[in-house]
Amino acid sequence: MDTKLKDLIEEKRSVILERWFDAIVETYPLDTTGFFKKQKDRFANPVGHAIVQGTEGILEVLISGKELNEDLPFLNDFIKVRAVQDFTPAKAMDFIFLLKKVVREVLEKEIRQNQIYDALLSFESKIDDLALFAFDIYVKCREQIYELKTDELKRMTYTLLKKANLMYEIPAEEFEVNDQKCNT
Amino acid sequence: MAKVEKAKLPKPEEISNIDYHPPATDWMDTPTEFKPGTYCWGAKEKDLLTLGLPNPRQWSPADEDWKLPEGWETTILDGIAERLAKYRSFKIFMDICVRCGACADKCHFYIASGDPKNMPVLRAELIRSVYKKYFTKSGKFLGRLAGARELDEKVLKEWWSYFFQCTECRRCSVFCPYGIDQAEVTIIGRELLNLVGLNIDWIAGPVANCYMKGNHLGIEPHAFKGNIESMCDDIEDMTGIRVNPTFNRKGAEILFVTPSGDYLGEPGIYTCMGYLMLFHELGLDYTWSTYASEGGNFGFFTSNDMAKRLNSKIYAEAKRLGVKWIIGGECGHMWRVMNQYMDTWNGPADFLEVPVSPITGTRFENAKSTKMIHITEFTADLIKHNKIKLDPSRNDHLKVTYHDSCNPSRGMGLLEEPRYVLKAACNNFYEMPENTIREKTFCCGSGSGLNASENMEQRMRGGFPRANAVKYVQEKHGVNMLANICAVDRAAFPALMDYWCPGVGVAGTHELLANALVMKGEIPRVIDLRGEDLPGKGGNE
Repeated sequence: MDTKLKDLIEEKRSVILERWFDAIVETYPLDTTGFFKKQKDRFANPVGHAIVQGTEGILEVLISGKELNEDLPFLNDFIKVRAVQDFTPAKAMDFIFLLKKVVREVLEKEIRQNQIYDALLSFESKIDDLALFAFDIYVKCREQIYELKTDELKRMTYTLLKKANLMYEIPAEEFEVNDQKCNT
Repeated sequence: MAKVEKAKLPKPEEISNIDYHPPATDWMDTPTEFKPGTYCWGAKEKDLLTLGLPNPRQWSPADEDWKLPEGWETTILDGIAERLAKYRSFKIFMDICVRCGACADKCHFYIASGDPKNMPVLRAELIRSVYKKYFTKSGKFLGRLAGARELDEKVLKEWWSYFFQCTECRRCSVFCPYGIDQAEVTIIGRELLNLVGLNIDWIAGPVANCYMKGNHLGIEPHAFKGNIESMCDDIEDMTGIRVNPTFNRKGAEILFVTPSGDYLGEPGIYTCMGYLMLFHELGLDYTWSTYASEGGNFGFFTSNDMAKRLNSKIYAEAKRLGVKWIIGGECGHMWRVMNQYMDTWNGPADFLEVPVSPITGTRFENAKSTKMIHITEFTADLIKHNKIKLDPSRNDHLKVTYHDSCNPSRGMGLLEEPRYVLKAACNNFYEMPENTIREKTFCCGSGSGLNASENMEQRMRGGFPRANAVKYVQEKHGVNMLANICAVDRAAFPALMDYWCPGVGVAGTHELLANALVMKGEIPRVIDLRGEDLPGKGGNE
């Protein structure tokens, strides 16, 4: 990552994070009490906590130049939350692109003065890459919700199916015997 | 005179600023949406017919037309008037709220969704606004200025959506300086909805089953007996001991009643095996009943009358069998019903005796009137008096935390006994953070009849604050088992854990106890109640 842009973001990190946080909170229904922002206890306000962890983690990964992948725990944790809240898929993923808007606004003057539009473009491309990973995570979460439904049904009916001889579990030993046969 | 501010002309850059957000509307003007995954199916015609409830018909909450009966407005308003006269608490809850906001951020659904209508104060306001319009002078004359509004179909749909988004967990009431019990407001709200045929399928179905067959799952006597006997087979495989429970046996000392989830689904059946093993080891003179075969009471999520009707079979069966007293299994809302309502609904049970443990001689004065004790009270007393032998090392592969189920903790103060049992049965026990347990426990997000599957998204959302605390102890201490004393927890938590904290299992307290229980004449235990190898105990691992 361009060192100049990196320095600028580092310098304004807290402002960027705060504005990004505010922009994400605004995607939720209007709440005049400011609960997500004000309540700092991570157990009393798990959504606020997930936003803070998510935004800090994402920004750190973007500026540190680490490789992006799906196994970013803070990204996973936050998308899990968004995936079960009342959002369309586009709205749920919106939060990543809000970072572009915030960075452009906060560093507008500096970027113009230093003429580092190229660096900004490549930074934004990285945000796009991250968004693609995020989309994969989101879809996995949504798929899991449907799997949970079927798993729950299986747990509920397990005893009945077993009793009605509609289900039979092959004991582990039989697998082993078969394996041995195959090997010989 | 106040200075009049000049109107400012917006600057060009202000005009070009695009507002990304939809206009915020006042809550009264924000319509309720029914998005799949966030609501339960509507009650079925056949179930309402079985129960003799009003307006049986096929309908769906997603339909525009809910096929309401003619004159439904009058039915609802008369219903409110009747309840205001009958329940002083309801009248007080409608009048005394000062909007201090102490409850606002205590609801798990609000915490996880940010939807203001999930703030307990606003959820109550959904009814309060109608109450004001028709039952207070200020509301009649000032209307919206006084926070009053007309009752119309939109309002009714909003009630249905939000009263079936409240799990009646009562966490908010712990923080209310006036002690307003939001669960009771929801209970009344659901009663009113039921007057015009607006229940959910996951409640009306089990209630109809329970009314016809004795339990929510509609398990008939032979299947009930068969299920328990197949558990006895599994117990024999594991311990070498044949447990022989009795059913509908007259003259037994104790009647045992547990929620039906304990003898059908996983992991509830393992808790049930735990009861069977413990009672056998003690040689307890007890019986199961295929008539009073349900400890839970989904009637409680329908109406006061329905709850009373379903509850009546417990004392009736105790009388018929001639038992002396009753033990109840691990369940949540069952205990709010037993502890706070059963005595006045269907008591006094003066044909029963105050429970006295035949093993320790302890007299359970706390149940002097109801004659029914919670199984963890019974078991904690056994452990206290050294009456059972435990080998907690059999649970050494587990790191256990305990979820206080809402109703036993807030509804009857059952906080220590389950912990006492768990700590005796498990060497590795870790508490979740202080503001998420005991009286401040977070709901599983699926209570009060909301543990259907079609609303999975809503359940995952509502259970997030609870799961968030579990995840914390999972990361900090390596917790891999969430113990509880509630059948709905056992049914609902596996999905919640799979989503938020994969790797954490779910178990009833008596499952873990029975793993550790050393039984007279047992073969060396190499498997646990689930048939899985016990690490370090010579199993195949």
